[in-house]
Amino acid sequence: MPWTPGDDVIAVQRAPQPGGAGGVYRAFGETLRGLKTTFARIPEGPTTLQYPEEKTPVYPRFRGRHRLHRFADTGLEKCVGCSLCAAACPADCIRVVAAENTPENRVSAGERYAAVYEINLSRCIFCGYCEVACPFDAITMGNDYEMSDYHRPDLIFTKEMLLAEPFERTPLRAEGE
Amino acid sequence: MSALIPLADVAYVEPWWMQILKSIVIFLVGLQILPIMIVAERKILGRLQNRYGPNRVGPFGALQPMAEIVKFATKEQFRPRTAIGWLFAFAPVISILTAVAALAIVPFGDTADIFGTKTGLYGIDVSIGPLYLFAFSAVAFYGIMLGGWASGSKYSFLGSMRAAAQLISYEVSQGLALVGVLMTAQTLSLVGIVHAQAGMWYIVPQVVGFIIFLVAGFAETNRPPFDLVEADAELVQGYMTEYGGTRMVAYLFAEYLNVFVISLVVTTVYLGGWLLPFGIDPPTWVDPFVVLFKMSLFIFFFFWIRATLPRLRYDQLMSLGWKVLLPLATLNTLVTAVILVAAY
Repeated sequence: MPWTPGDDVIAVQRAPQPGGAGGVYRAFGETLRGLKTTFARIPEGPTTLQYPEEKTPVYPRFRGRHRLHRFADTGLEKCVGCSLCAAACPADCIRVVAAENTPENRVSAGERYAAVYEINLSRCIFCGYCEVACPFDAITMGNDYEMSDYHRPDLIFTKEMLLAEPFERTPLRAEGE
Repeated sequence: MSALIPLADVAYVEPWWMQILKSIVIFLVGLQILPIMIVAERKILGRLQNRYGPNRVGPFGALQPMAEIVKFATKEQFRPRTAIGWLFAFAPVISILTAVAALAIVPFGDTADIFGTKTGLYGIDVSIGPLYLFAFSAVAFYGIMLGGWASGSKYSFLGSMRAAAQLISYEVSQGLALVGVLMTAQTLSLVGIVHAQAGMWYIVPQVVGFIIFLVAGFAETNRPPFDLVEADAELVQGYMTEYGGTRMVAYLFAEYLNVFVISLVVTTVYLGGWLLPFGIDPPTWVDPFVVLFKMSLFIFFFFWIRATLPRLRYDQLMSLGWKVLLPLATLNTLVTAVILVAAY
C-alpha cells in the first residue's frame, strides 16, 4: 500500500532541470531569481544586535546569575543559613556557613544567618534547583548573563556581591514578545 | 586597410615626465581603490545577508583594512621545508605585477590639457590593447601556478592545477567574446573602442558577448562562484595554503586588483568607458569619475554574485566553460561577422 503523506508534505525547491539549451536558459533564470532573493535582503536591513551596546533581552523566567534578597521593610536578609540550596546543588558550587543571630547583631529574620554564602559560578550549571530548594525565596536566579572574567577566583561570588544590585540591568523581554 | 598602417595611432607626443606622472597617478589610484573595495565588499556582503559587516574599527568600520594590514604585516614569515625558496617568494610578485601592468592601458578619459601638454587620461594607448590584457592575464596564471607548485604541499599543488585548468578554459571564451567587439569597432586600441561606442554602447549589440565576458571574468579572477581554486572546504586555501602574512596579502591584493581591472575592462569595452548616454558631453576632468562610477557598478555585481551563488563543482565548471560559453562565444563571433559583412 503506497504511503500518502497527506498534509505533512513539504514542498522542496529543486534545481532547474539540466540539459541542453533549455537547461542553460533555466539556469540563467534561476540565477536571476537568486540575485533578486539576495538583493531583497538589503532593504530589510540588518537584524544584528550590536551586542555590547544593545543586549539581548531575556525572558522573565531566564535563569541568570543568582541574587540574594532582603526583606524590603526591615532590610534583613531572607537567608537563614539552612544550607538546603547547597544540598540541592548538583554541581556542588554553593558553600554556606551559618552563624547564630544575636540581639546585637541581627542579620536575618530567622534564628540563624549565613555568615558565609559563596557561589562558585565557574561550576554553576544554572539549573535553578537552589531557587526551588529555598524555603524563604532568599535566593533566586536573576537576569544577568554577562559573567565572564579573567581569573577563576573572581568567579566565586560572595554574599555581598550576590546581595548587591547588578551594575547594569539586563533588559527584560516585554510581555508576550 | 594596408597591413603597414598600425591599428591605432597616438596622434600626439607626450613628454616623458608626463608619462611618469601618469603611471604614478594610476598606480596610486589603483592602490587606494583596493582598501575601499575590501571594506565595501565586506559591508555589502553583510547587507546582502541581513548583517552589518565590519563597523567597529574607525568610523563605520572604514579603518578595517588598516587593522588587517597591521595584523598581517606583524605575522611571522614562514615556509614549508619542502618549498622552493626563491620561487615561493617570487610567485606573489608575479601575480601583483601582472595585475598592475594591466592597469596601464585602461582608458580613464579622453585627452585633456594638463600643464600645457595634450595628455590622454590613460597610461598608454597601444594598438594591441586586448592582446596586451590577455597576455598579462596569461602570465598572471604563472603567479598562481608557481606559488602552488613551489609551496611543496599537495593542497597548494591541487589548487594551482585547478587554477591552470580554469584559467585556460575561460580565457578562450573571454577572448572569443571580445572578438565581436573588435570586429564591430574595427580597432584594437581600447581608446578607439570607447570612441567607437559614441552612438551606442556595445552592451546593446554585443549583449551575448558581454555576458560571456563577464562570466569568464569571474572565472579569471577566481571570484565566487568560480573560486574553486581556493575552495576552502576541500583544498584548505588552494594555492595560498602555505602562504602567510604579507605574502598572502600579496595574493589577496592581486585578486582584488584583478577584480578592479576586469571591471574597468568591461566598462571600457562594453559600457562605453567615459561616455555618457543621451548626448551629455561633460568636460574632460569628469571622465575618470564616470569610468570609476561604472566600474563600481561591476564591482558591486561581483560582490552581489558572491553573496548569491554557491561554488560550482569542478566538472560543472569545465562543462560550463567548454560546452556553454565557448560555443556561445563562437556563435556570437560568427553572427557578428555575418551581420557586419552583410551591412557593408
